[in-house]
Amino acid sequence: MEALDKTGIDISAVRKQFPILSQSVNGRTLIYFDNGATTQKPQRVINAIVEYYSSYNSNIHRGVHTLSQVATRKYDAARATVSSFINAVDPSWVIFTKGTTDSINLIATCYGNKFVNEGDEILITSMEHHSNILPWQELCHRKKAVLKVLPVDDNGVLKYEELDALLTSRTKLFACAHVSNTLGTVNDVKRLVDAAHTKNIPVLIDGAQAVPHLKVDMMELNADFYCFSGHKMYGPTGIGVLYANEKWLDVFDVYQSGGGTIRLVTFDKTEYAEGPHKFEAGTPNIEGAIALAEAVNFMQETGIPNLSRYEHELLEHATARLNEIAEVKIIGTAPCKAGVISFNVGNIHPFDIGTLLDKQGIAVRTGHHCTQPLMQCYGIQGTVRMSFAVYNTKEEIDVFIDALKKAIKILS
Amino acid sequence: MTIEQKENKIIEDFELFGDDWEGKYEHLIELGKKYPPMDESLKSDERLIKGCQSRVWLASKFENGKVIFEADSDAAIPKGIVALVAGVLSGHTPTEILDAKLEFIDKIGLKEHLSPTRANGLVSMVKQMKMDALAYQNKN
Repeated sequence: MEALDKTGIDISAVRKQFPILSQSVNGRTLIYFDNGATTQKPQRVINAIVEYYSSYNSNIHRGVHTLSQVATRKYDAARATVSSFINAVDPSWVIFTKGTTDSINLIATCYGNKFVNEGDEILITSMEHHSNILPWQELCHRKKAVLKVLPVDDNGVLKYEELDALLTSRTKLFACAHVSNTLGTVNDVKRLVDAAHTKNIPVLIDGAQAVPHLKVDMMELNADFYCFSGHKMYGPTGIGVLYANEKWLDVFDVYQSGGGTIRLVTFDKTEYAEGPHKFEAGTPNIEGAIALAEAVNFMQETGIPNLSRYEHELLEHATARLNEIAEVKIIGTAPCKAGVISFNVGNIHPFDIGTLLDKQGIAVRTGHHCTQPLMQCYGIQGTVRMSFAVYNTKEEIDVFIDALKKAIKILS
Repeated sequence: MTIEQKENKIIEDFELFGDDWEGKYEHLIELGKKYPPMDESLKSDERLIKGCQSRVWLASKFENGKVIFEADSDAAIPKGIVALVAGVLSGHTPTEILDAKLEFIDKIGLKEHLSPTRANGLVSMVKQMKMDALAYQNKN
């Protein structure tokens, strides 16, 4: 293979870093196109976890002994690495959580409990993942508030023209995906944040599917809350980030209480810590945070503009090849997309396509992708979804197309 | 034919394909196509066995001491499995159905489709068939 193609990616060198890519499935070399569900991990991320437990595992922020101090330094450094990766205003605005779902639940609880009352409105969009619908739905049930939805057009683009009317004097928060996990649509989040802010409405952005594929800049975006997951960006499971403007963190009540969140505890009352520690109760996922920082290092050394450009080429190649097959219908044809192609083949059930692709060593996801309301909008049961990462190749896409044609033949 | 005889016939049929997964799936899908579709009026929500992805419907009745099953699916591969399982279990007494181990699915190399991790409703369908049989047995 060519070293350093015009996107600046040496694909051979990238793939060598991922040990799982040499796995076989059903007698074929694995072709992993399910990165929207979770990504594979480079050896350096795996090594970071092994090194943590082999060399310096210790509880953090609590000890005077050496191992504890090493672990604490590494954990705090991980927060700084993530902060710099997303161009946060300050590392103290970066809270480590269990993932995007946990982050959204934290805001739905802390912001919702304090600021949302009967008759208030929460605005989401029809392309949201269940994790960015259910916490708000629960909040609205609890507080007798109203859940409103910004619709999506047939191409999978938000109906921006309807936004102004949906941001009312009762709107208490607007929650929206940066990139759709089903359609691949990249939303103009800056435009959404600015529109909400002119009406003093705070915004939460679900960045789970954006951070692996695009440069994100918290200072430029100025969202109140931005959430993402480590395991979708080459990091481990069980760790994620909630980026939150400190003006909110200062006024929120604690989310989960317990050790690590406090300054002083008596049986009568407790004084809580400031900043992120107030929201990181108990022993955190220490190795997860450290390994997440290693995933950030991997992405930054690969070069985020490089991987964006490369993945865009993969997306274009896959789209063109899929469009060669007459029965294929791509769901989500927004002009600006990242990482994901959903499609259906005539009346064939996506489950059948996915099963026969698996027989040929190809991993895709089928079904509603945790976006049932979106499926209902489009009147479909589900789709087959290909989702890319930086280690995928055009050759893999070509093998996939042949396998898809074979599956279609068997099912017709 | 007893349940066991039916299972053995299916195992023989599929053995002809050996390692040819394409042939096996084509045959399975063909079996599903030949299996009588369930009347649309019977495909109610109560009869829907919900998997995460493909939908499976199951109806049963009790006639002359035997349980008769009708089943359907909106996806082709589950429909084939439905055709096999319903074909094997239908027309037998509740006791025979409750005792059936359905090992033939494993022997024809399609065990993954009945594993509990598969979100396709088939595992729940088999469970429901046995529960229906038990209910008929208790009513008797």
